[in-house]
Amino acid sequence: MSAHESTTLRWIRAAVAVFLKDWRSELRTRYAMSALVMFVVTTISIILFSLGGEGASPEVLAGMLWVVIFFAAMSGLSRTFVMEEERGTGMTLQLLTPPGAVFAGKLLFNLVLGAGLTLLTVVLYAFFINGFIVRTLSIFLITITLGSIGLAAASTIIAAIIARANTKGTLYPVLSFPILLPLLMTVINATRLASDGAPLGEATGEFQILISYIVVVITVSIMLFEYIWKD
Amino acid sequence: MTLRIVLGVLLTLVIVAALGLPIVQQPQHWYEFPSIPGLEEKARIIFFHVPTAWLSVMAFVTSMIYGIRYLRRKDPIDDLTSASAAGLGLLFCVLATVTGAVWAKFNWGSYWNWDPRETSIFVLLLIYGAYFSLRAAVEVEEKRATLSSVYSIIAAVTVPFFVFIMPRIMTGLHPGAKGDPDGAGPVIEFKMSPNMRVVFFSSLIAFTLLFLWMLSLRVRIARLEYHHQPKG
Repeated sequence: MSAHESTTLRWIRAAVAVFLKDWRSELRTRYAMSALVMFVVTTISIILFSLGGEGASPEVLAGMLWVVIFFAAMSGLSRTFVMEEERGTGMTLQLLTPPGAVFAGKLLFNLVLGAGLTLLTVVLYAFFINGFIVRTLSIFLITITLGSIGLAAASTIIAAIIARANTKGTLYPVLSFPILLPLLMTVINATRLASDGAPLGEATGEFQILISYIVVVITVSIMLFEYIWKD
Repeated sequence: MTLRIVLGVLLTLVIVAALGLPIVQQPQHWYEFPSIPGLEEKARIIFFHVPTAWLSVMAFVTSMIYGIRYLRRKDPIDDLTSASAAGLGLLFCVLATVTGAVWAKFNWGSYWNWDPRETSIFVLLLIYGAYFSLRAAVEVEEKRATLSSVYSIIAAVTVPFFVFIMPRIMTGLHPGAKGDPDGAGPVIEFKMSPNMRVVFFSSLIAFTLLFLWMLSLRVRIARLEYHHQPKG
């Protein structure tokens, strides 16, 4: 029992170490962070220019929020795995750390990055876009939380795939979009409900879809990651 | 050989029956189809459109199963089979989309309405597109096989949200959607007349055999190409 416990503990420690390593190297270069921030700022200003002072309906604005988040995620969340390939550090990591722990660490990193990205987008969006109203805050907060978790989960495993391919940049949104579409459609629906002022109970179906999506994607990712990761 | 003959005879019969048998107001003979108000002659699409859509999903599942087999046994032939099935799936997916869109123009008024089922076939098209872009982007054979197998498995577990769940819980134009007076559910209560049902299911069987035959041809070609390529 104690031997088993110590392996679990070692696994968790390895995952946290991978997360801390990525975090530290991110703080040094600020590559993914600056890409994400600039992407969000640019996209929101394009939306502001194209609206040109005219308001749009809350339904359209609710959908547009997730367009910004999706494309911003596509610009930064592949970084954790692409970085290993570019620096040639993947092999060392393979030797020292069990694949599951690597994936957990990277997922944790993307979860933090995804949460920061969503938070930034929502704050800027609420600040600058006039027609965007949230009437049911509880639905909105749950949707944002579940949405950013799901986004991070799916984009982590796709990032692991594209890190191994030749054309990394263009392939990432192409591969991610079909996988993320169930998530995006659900969060857009839920955000609309929030801006329509629907009671919390009405969004239960959406939350169920989101939670099952997250569980399914993470489970499959953990099962399949070893095949992608090992040479 | 026998498969080819059976397939030829069956498909000919299905095509002749589906296109040739008359649709009349009050059917009196066994070979006459009843006319459905609002559909009339346009009802014939069901004999071709549904089987192509069914095949595109079946090809997707086949591709995934061979993907799993590849990951377990690392046999390159499994990967070739997986890719061949996906290629056929893409073909039938395009056919189902185009036939459906043309039909929708005449029956529902526009080529595309974003009905949940239209969304799900669109997602399937995107997945096939992504699958082949991924294969094109990886040069090393083993890596390509592994990555595309993994991708098809990930796609297969998220897509059911669309193909099987979403069309049932959302209102839509296709039969079996929420709010359909004949009831929503995973199995559509067929209100086809018995003779239409015979043609419909024969068509499903014929198209399935067609898929198996085309797949075996493609796998044989791929296998020959694989064994004859210059070893480096």
